[in-house]
Amino acid sequence: MSISIIKPGLMGTIQDMGRYGYGSLGINCGGAMDRYAAQLANALVGNDSHEAVMEIHFPGPQLLFEQNALISLTGANFSATLNDELLPLWQPLLIRKNTILHFPELQNGARCYIAVHGGFCINSWLNSYSTNLKAAVGGFSGRKFEKGDQLSFKESTIYFAALMKEGKDVHALGWKPDTGNTYQYPNEILFMEGNEYPLLSETSVSDFLQNNFIIHPSSDRMGYHAKGPALKLQKKIELISTGVGFGTIQLLPDGQLIILMADHQTTGGYPRIGHVISAHLPKLAQLRPSESIQFKKTDIATAEAMLLSQQRDLSVMHNACFDHLNKLVC
Amino acid sequence: MPVKLLSNQYNIFPLGDTAATIDLGNIINEALNDKVIAMQQWLQVNSFAGVRDIIIAYSSLTLIYDPVSVKRKFSPAGTVFDFVKQKLQQAYYNSLVLPQEEAGIIEIPVCYDDEFGVDLKTMAAQKKMSEEEIIRLHTEKIYRVYMIGFLPGFPYMAEVDARLSTPRKEKPVMVFPGSVGIAGSQTGIYPFNSPGGWNIIGRTPVEMFNETADDLVRLKVGDRVQFYKVGRQEFENYLKC
Repeated sequence: MSISIIKPGLMGTIQDMGRYGYGSLGINCGGAMDRYAAQLANALVGNDSHEAVMEIHFPGPQLLFEQNALISLTGANFSATLNDELLPLWQPLLIRKNTILHFPELQNGARCYIAVHGGFCINSWLNSYSTNLKAAVGGFSGRKFEKGDQLSFKESTIYFAALMKEGKDVHALGWKPDTGNTYQYPNEILFMEGNEYPLLSETSVSDFLQNNFIIHPSSDRMGYHAKGPALKLQKKIELISTGVGFGTIQLLPDGQLIILMADHQTTGGYPRIGHVISAHLPKLAQLRPSESIQFKKTDIATAEAMLLSQQRDLSVMHNACFDHLNKLVC
Repeated sequence: MPVKLLSNQYNIFPLGDTAATIDLGNIINEALNDKVIAMQQWLQVNSFAGVRDIIIAYSSLTLIYDPVSVKRKFSPAGTVFDFVKQKLQQAYYNSLVLPQEEAGIIEIPVCYDDEFGVDLKTMAAQKKMSEEEIIRLHTEKIYRVYMIGFLPGFPYMAEVDARLSTPRKEKPVMVFPGSVGIAGSQTGIYPFNSPGGWNIIGRTPVEMFNETADDLVRLKVGDRVQFYKVGRQEFENYLKC
């Protein structure tokens, strides 16, 4: 029961919703960059939202399915193709064995998620499937995918023979969730003030709010470098290290910004001028180098309301997917 | 007997919409660090639905939470943050700093050879001191582990002798596992290969992180550590056993 990796593609890893509970040992949370897409990928194939998923980037991998599978693809659009057939995103897909999934062309987005019904056979480490590349543990052997890797998934109770169309390699099941406004206005990123925001100089506040910031090519799963006018504090301060989070916007000594992403370290000592709100982390995670960010300020009450509403929608879609799928399972 | 705090001052602020930080002051201070540990212990005993993690640092504690779980369980009238803020206030007022049992000093061997202590020469020149003098000052003091952060198992220890205090390098360079460094008044050990800005004065054969060990990390917050100098042969022997 496995997927054989013919070509690994760029930075493909196993991720989940992150590893919590070990921050005080310096063990960072990690997890999927776009948690919304990862959760929906699992929902579409009837998995628990904490199941392991594949996170892939462009150029994408080439994957040989050695077994029939029910899969889903969410997040970035890399023109996912099964043998010669273009596949829809955000939809459950029945895949016939001995077919090759590949990703020939970048359309939009930065990372795509692949979930398999039943989940991947991966050992969890400290209650998470996420890959910790620094410590080389968790996920698939603590590393990114390499050529020749065999990724097993759990046996399915779905009776594929009755569902697959004769002579067809893929059959898309007829439901598709509405991702609503999660990815609307992709460059407009809401943030709430960080503890050092009030220390920004007046000019820097308007520079921050009125300019576009460009994502630098050195950006990765640890952080996005956002290039723009150099920002300054009214006076220099030295901070001792404190906890930081996914979305924390730090001001570096040269006046440039770094937005901490999923693989960020647990603590940091740079001024925190803001925090990207959680509801906007999925669309930020789908922005690529050279794309721009426009920061817009909001408050904690709005940030919470948006996150709660996004999670409510996810939970409704999750239940709906389960209902649909239950009718297919023998 | 509870120990009294230096001051009754704290600042609680949101660290985004899924975390809140209580900050006791922007200084490296044993009493504040003791209080942070006490608050962590109180929050572990008095945990509540939605708590995901607690990160402790020199003089601050960050509680990471799931707003959906907090909302579902407690339906607070105000924001979820306000609810969490109250919990942090309770942790501040109810946690007691108990006198630490006099724990033993953990001795860590360090080889200060040039090959490992790549910045030792530059530091000695800057400070107009001999390398031997730097090593003597570094090994003489007993340090406290104030926090584990940056990388899994990376101990932040303080404070080095004022004469050894050295700012971080302008540009981070690649650092090898086991490297012992100085940044400002802190000394630390890199558990992994990593870009780093600390001034590297030696290397220890002791593993700071082991994913299969029960406690995962060699040093924990509150530990007392003293370095001792070993030669290259002893360093190699240690690695073998």
